[in-house]
Amino acid sequence: MFTDAANFDVRDYLRKEMMPHFLCPGCGHGIALRALLWALHDLAIDKDKLAVVSGIGCAGRLSAYIDANTFHTTHGRPLAYATGLALARPDLHVVVISGDGDCLAIGGNHLIHACRRNLKITCLMLNNEIYGMTGGQVSPTTSESRLTTTTPLGNNEPNFDACALATAAGAGFVGREVTRHVPKLKELIKAGLEHPGFAFVEVLSDCTEVFGRKNDLGSSPEMIMRQKSEIRPSAYRNTVETPFHSTSLPTGILTQNDRPEYGAAHRRAAAAVVAKGAK
Amino acid sequence: MNVHDKSLSKSTAKLLSGNSACAQGAVAAGCKFFAGYPITPSSEIAEKLVTSLPQAGGVFIQMEDEISAMAAVIGASMGGVKAMTATSGPGFSLKQENIGYAAGAEIPCVIVNVMRGGPSTGMPTRPSQADIMQTRFGSHGDYPMIVLAPSSVREIYEETIRAFDLAEICRTPVIVLYDQVIAQSSETVALAPPSGVRAERKWASGPRADYKPYAAGIDGIPAMPRPGDGYRTHTTGLTHGENGFPTQNPEAVERAMSRLYSKLDLHRELIESWEAIRCEDADVVIVAIGISARAAKRAVEICRAKGVHVGLFRPITLWPFPEAALQQACKGARAVLVPELNIGQLRLEVERLLGRHRVEGLHQYSGEPITPAQIAARATTLASEA
Repeated sequence: MFTDAANFDVRDYLRKEMMPHFLCPGCGHGIALRALLWALHDLAIDKDKLAVVSGIGCAGRLSAYIDANTFHTTHGRPLAYATGLALARPDLHVVVISGDGDCLAIGGNHLIHACRRNLKITCLMLNNEIYGMTGGQVSPTTSESRLTTTTPLGNNEPNFDACALATAAGAGFVGREVTRHVPKLKELIKAGLEHPGFAFVEVLSDCTEVFGRKNDLGSSPEMIMRQKSEIRPSAYRNTVETPFHSTSLPTGILTQNDRPEYGAAHRRAAAAVVAKGAK
Repeated sequence: MNVHDKSLSKSTAKLLSGNSACAQGAVAAGCKFFAGYPITPSSEIAEKLVTSLPQAGGVFIQMEDEISAMAAVIGASMGGVKAMTATSGPGFSLKQENIGYAAGAEIPCVIVNVMRGGPSTGMPTRPSQADIMQTRFGSHGDYPMIVLAPSSVREIYEETIRAFDLAEICRTPVIVLYDQVIAQSSETVALAPPSGVRAERKWASGPRADYKPYAAGIDGIPAMPRPGDGYRTHTTGLTHGENGFPTQNPEAVERAMSRLYSKLDLHRELIESWEAIRCEDADVVIVAIGISARAAKRAVEICRAKGVHVGLFRPITLWPFPEAALQQACKGARAVLVPELNIGQLRLEVERLLGRHRVEGLHQYSGEPITPAQIAARATTLASEA
């Protein structure tokens, strides 16, 4: 039942001994994980050469399910750990899995500097608008007026557009996709993995148990359908005559440029230092 | 401050600061990765390594903050290379979260902390010894820690090298702790290349099916997997079992925590280092580290010249504290004096270990080092009272 036309069997990339997983019913993170593994399969990336670095929270737990070299680090810091790992071991494919709180709140500084440096790391930020594991507190991406345990009267803070932030900070590749479109999500992650510099991929994922329940967003199928009505793929977006509101976000590849990759540039600069010292 | 060392030949001797010696020690130890963030009075270490590390085939990076510098060091070490960061005061506080991760996940690395006045921003250009307890207990939870406290430029070089060796052997973070005075003073030294082969961590070997990343033999130290070698293990800051995956099974947790906490005890002989000067017949033993120990050494000479029987016990390994050696050195002493640049930290440990002795502190926290005359006067008074 897991096998599809692409000869992709998700079981080849999962640690079966870690099943059953601990995600809630209806959680979008499992879909995102599947899309990542599918993209890795499509690119035939060697699991022995794959390093997955994750932070803390629901998204951070995903690394434990992947049959690779996996590192579950500290809250907000996976990009900083990954920076050291990728510089020390340029032979590895380094993928970071982070959540919206992990990546934009406690880890926001590391995100903007990872974008600025443009070191070859693929960063997946699973955005479910909430701190799920701690019980449903407001996050930097929670939409305005949404109810959370720490915004009992509705969120009155504006939320981050993470892709605009990553673009402004200089990321070489920025994209966004919803969990509703698994093949499109897989293709986006694949393009990110193939990008020679820092790739930031925002995955709009659903938290049904904590966020959905609190905001009366219905069952998980209903929440998935809402992705269609509220977060339209960019191709259809022009037909919607609505003013900007935080859930109407463009999807697909939003930024792609050929800024020099940091690791190679760093190694060239180090070689120049050595050459200068030799004179 | 310049110390005349008669063994130095003109050809090899160099005028060197403590921070420069630290950078040289790191390269000699086989360090291949440095991540840091500018902070007084440790920045010179980074400024030296930015050139010398690439020349030795390593990577230097200045990160966006102290937190990420510590994280990048652990990331590099998880990738299999020897890695180091250097900081001071507020930066050392910021690193504590990830130092705890390195201790719990057992990732070898070296952290240099050059002590300056505190709390908070304190006195960036003034010496202090007020991080003694923070080096041991700075991160949350129970974990073991090795802290080395050199007191001269030459010793900074030697102890930095030893820090890398101990980190590799014991799979643990090691802190090199010294104060602003030794960091930024220059001494004429001839640094000898270290004898023997530098230690390297025990790497995972054998079939993947049999390998458990946190299963240890009688030495208490598990073999570490190198990414790319095919072991594909999980590393986490969550409490984990021998297979590396999170567990809350009470027996597995107790077993894992007991091994983690006691693993250094199995290597105490290797880890512990100290210097005892004229303690055999001493009525008063001075216990001190770093620049205070330098002053104390001179104070011993001053006292002895006047016929006052004073000795010095200087822990070079600060944590785990050389307990038995201290007790042995103070066996015949009637009083113990602890001069330190803080309101009382090393004294607490000395009191704990010498329950029946009279232990007095000489605490100075003005930002000025304690002078030999101050220590000699206090030791002389103690000797007459005892």
